[in-house]
Amino acid sequence: MTEKKLADWWTESHASLYAKLGGEAAVNAAVDIFYRKVLADPRINRFFEGVDMEKQAAKQKAFLTMAFGGPHNYTGMDMRRGHAHLVQQGLNDSHFDAVMEHLGATMKELNVPDELIAQAAAIAESTRNDVLGR
Amino acid sequence: MTNIKYGRDTYPLGKDQSVLDCLVERGAPVPFSCRSGVCQTCLMRAVRGVPPEVSQRGLKDSLKVQNYFLACVCHPTEDLEAALPHEVLSSVPATVTALEPLNGEIMHVALECHAPLEYRAGQFINLFRDPTLGRSYSLASVPQQDAHLHLHVRRLPQGKVSGWIHEELRTGQTVEIRGPSGDCFYVPGRPAQEIVLIGTGSGLAPLYGILRDALDRGHSGPIRLFHGSRNRAGLYLTGELRDLAREHSNFDYVPCVSGEEPAPGLAGGRAHEIAFREVADFKDKRLFLCGHPEMVSAAKKRAFLAGAAMKDIYADPFNVNAAP
Repeated sequence: MTEKKLADWWTESHASLYAKLGGEAAVNAAVDIFYRKVLADPRINRFFEGVDMEKQAAKQKAFLTMAFGGPHNYTGMDMRRGHAHLVQQGLNDSHFDAVMEHLGATMKELNVPDELIAQAAAIAESTRNDVLGR
Repeated sequence: MTNIKYGRDTYPLGKDQSVLDCLVERGAPVPFSCRSGVCQTCLMRAVRGVPPEVSQRGLKDSLKVQNYFLACVCHPTEDLEAALPHEVLSSVPATVTALEPLNGEIMHVALECHAPLEYRAGQFINLFRDPTLGRSYSLASVPQQDAHLHLHVRRLPQGKVSGWIHEELRTGQTVEIRGPSGDCFYVPGRPAQEIVLIGTGSGLAPLYGILRDALDRGHSGPIRLFHGSRNRAGLYLTGELRDLAREHSNFDYVPCVSGEEPAPGLAGGRAHEIAFREVADFKDKRLFLCGHPEMVSAAKKRAFLAGAAMKDIYADPFNVNAAP
């Protein structure tokens, strides 16, 4: 599948999840909670040292929009490029797992039903190889 | 037909086309990433015209009121003149009307602009010593209260501009300024929200402006100012701030010294540490941080982890070292 088609497929097949979760309002409610968990986690917060917190928050929002199946145009290539410097710093599966954990916990905190949490997790999970540059 | 003006060119906006698509299609160098209105990479500002509300979703209030918008989700129905955030500054001459030391290292500079400058207290301007040598200084003045612009210029070691301001600049002289810029300012709304202001050194300048602006606009929630310096001699405007605290029961001023035993009326320790001791929970509070970049960055993170919403944190880190 080409990258453009991948993005289209993603948007179409997950648009209903995004709607079920409450669309942009759900992302807005989740972003600070999620980012706070990420920053407070000693397993992964070194990857955020020295970055502009505000720009990073916008990126976290973009990530959540994607995980919730909302409109996005990220491709596998963007994911690779965006994380290549972190892979060089040692980003690996354990760090990816930690982020997944925070994604799940954030949604739990917002009382999202388990079934929808699983769907969002599956979308985020599908970026693992690209994020880790494999 | 809607037109988008960018730089010297005007482009007709295609049907259903976003401002970003229109500009990028014509080769305009607008950065972008997600194209979905979330990553904020394609942030632009409408210099003329009003961007649709939808294109401002998720932006800080202080950016919204300055007509910033996200080009990728902007479908205007009226003509817009758009610019990238760093492209909108205009240059204006200004005459120095006052120079008075506020303490041993900080000079109050008042400037009268030759053309009206629209700004918000807490934004900053660039002041030029010559056409290629300029530095950023925050505005301590409040447009609706002060006729002239006020700056608090701290003298930096070997500071090419601050040293010149302290030693050579004279009242009556005309300088070039550019601006205003920055999004660290008070936006009316949510008047009962608690506001916490934390600053070090001349970081008091924007906070003094923001504070007076908020009081002037009838902010009714508690406002707490923590201003810190190594020693007592580094504090300034203490009389004015104490007067404001007497006049406004919702305002509380905490001067802090970190490098010597505090005298009566002063708190001992770094301003942000004292603030975090006294304000434990930052949920639903608005926070302004100005001064030393390490303090600003540490306090921003700590406040966010203590419950402050990212959108409620406004920061202006200062340059503390002389630029080469």
